[in-house]
Amino acid sequence: MSSIATEAEAPRPRTGVLAGRSPRDLLARAAVYLVLAAAVVTVAFPVYYAIAGAFMSPSELSSYPPALVPHSVTGRNFSGAVDTIPLVRQYANSAITATAITLAQLFTSILAAYAFVFLPLRARAVVFGVFLATLMVPWEAIIIPNYLTLSDWGFGNTYFGLVLPFLASGFGTFMLRQSFRQLPAELRDAARIDGAGHWRFLWRIVVPLNKPALAALSIYVFLSAWNQYFWPLIITRTANMQTLQIGLTSLRDSEMSDPGLILAGVVLSLLPTLALVVFGQRFIVRGLTAGAVR
Amino acid sequence: MPTAPHTAPHPRRRHRWGEHGLAWAFLLPSLVVFVLFIGYPLGRTLYLSAHANDLFGAPSRYVGWQHYTDLLTSADFRRTLVTTALFTLLTVVPGVLGALVLVLLLENRIRGVRLLRSAFALPFAFSVASASVVFAVFFNPASGVINGLLSHLGLGPVGWLTDDRYALVSVAATTVWMSLGYNVLVLSAGVGSIPGELLEAARLDGASGLRLARSITVPMLGPHLFFLTVVSTVHSLQSFGQIHILTKGGPDGATRTLVYSVYEKAFAYGSSDFGTASAQAVVLLVVVLACTAVQFGVLERKVHYA
Repeated sequence: MSSIATEAEAPRPRTGVLAGRSPRDLLARAAVYLVLAAAVVTVAFPVYYAIAGAFMSPSELSSYPPALVPHSVTGRNFSGAVDTIPLVRQYANSAITATAITLAQLFTSILAAYAFVFLPLRARAVVFGVFLATLMVPWEAIIIPNYLTLSDWGFGNTYFGLVLPFLASGFGTFMLRQSFRQLPAELRDAARIDGAGHWRFLWRIVVPLNKPALAALSIYVFLSAWNQYFWPLIITRTANMQTLQIGLTSLRDSEMSDPGLILAGVVLSLLPTLALVVFGQRFIVRGLTAGAVR
Repeated sequence: MPTAPHTAPHPRRRHRWGEHGLAWAFLLPSLVVFVLFIGYPLGRTLYLSAHANDLFGAPSRYVGWQHYTDLLTSADFRRTLVTTALFTLLTVVPGVLGALVLVLLLENRIRGVRLLRSAFALPFAFSVASASVVFAVFFNPASGVINGLLSHLGLGPVGWLTDDRYALVSVAATTVWMSLGYNVLVLSAGVGSIPGELLEAARLDGASGLRLARSITVPMLGPHLFFLTVVSTVHSLQSFGQIHILTKGGPDGATRTLVYSVYEKAFAYGSSDFGTASAQAVVLLVVVLACTAVQFGVLERKVHYA
């Protein structure tokens, strides 16, 4: 890292614990670096090891003392993982489920947020209260009846079973409502004068002008759906309907003999989420802190 | 509830049912999903918790508060509650304090601060399942890296997930690792929102270093720390995947939290004891709602909305 990066951040006064140049301060500075270095190693090491280990041979992985760098890079763990579980199918299941949930939540949240911001509604406070109340119910507390309902409908072990309960979200509506409210009121008046109805105004003006919020919501919803664990675990029964996250768990059964397979599975499951985190980081910050106090 | 500024009544009614009808049409898809998968299940959870059930989980007869009184007098369930509280403590306190220390340290003029921030965001990419299986590999008593490094220091192999003295701590450590990135992000955003003039004024008054952190930064972060603590607590109470993957509630119930207990009663090992499981689910619901209520109550009074 160059001094340019530090310079660029300089204008804002720092709140840090270090300021002076006396020997005592320099010592403190060294301590700060040390603590930060230790923290970075702790946080980053599991990530590094998952990736490095995915390319190690079984003998290296079980070597003693443990190997930290793969000496001869091997792809056997990846082919092994694909042979042990229907990984490709489960990858597709996760992608289909997460994409369907994301698109559906975007659609239902856009409509609901538009109704709250641009349409007259007599019971607005009550209805909005209902939307907020849905945020407070822990999913785990109502998972039993949902399991029973979807099983009764014959949706156990199907894509419908995986997707149906998550087609709408109070959080998404709340977040988009906050964003839609920022639009100047004159926009709606101008559109009305131009003869644009609500439907046209929504898709031609409101949606394009709120792309950052929609991107933030999409990334957030996709990540949550891709990472789901409890629900797919109970609603699916066969390996072919399981999502990747559940597949990883079955790979874990081979852990004692072959941790390389698990780590290869983890690396494959990380590809889409890592890409989203790296390229969408600024959106993620916005999405994850949307409910936070400002 | 605030009313939006865009609700001036339209003189011309272009839609058959008018704009009011359109509003309900737009809200309908969400409301249907909420009623079917949140509202109705809430009622059915209460119903199930007041009924005994047969071996297949079908409710058989009304038993009123019986499941609840059984739970309160059960030593196993009291242990589950204690384990849940301990797990929450072991994840929330280190998670929030650790993130606070890191954020304060990152506020110093140090090289590579952006690289560091990115490194702390890495665990974001991990799902509960992928993080848990990686830590399962780490914690392996025979071939795991942790025991491998310990043996360098001449320390004997530790059964991180199989010894009831360490299992809960190990699962909590995995959870802290998963949540640290989010915690750092929330608090970083908080530090970023402290007015620069305030810091400059304090500095001109001669405040620096720890003094500045203690009298300005940390108090100004108050609402953010509070928000983070509540969110982490709720999140921790809902933890399931890491327990299911790492310990399955064991050894001998040492990591059986409330959520895990609901799962065991309702779904694990062919059990379909939906009555007892639903009563436990209601306890979970009440605890989480209480946390949320505290959050709203305090926020109403303390937070100034910008």
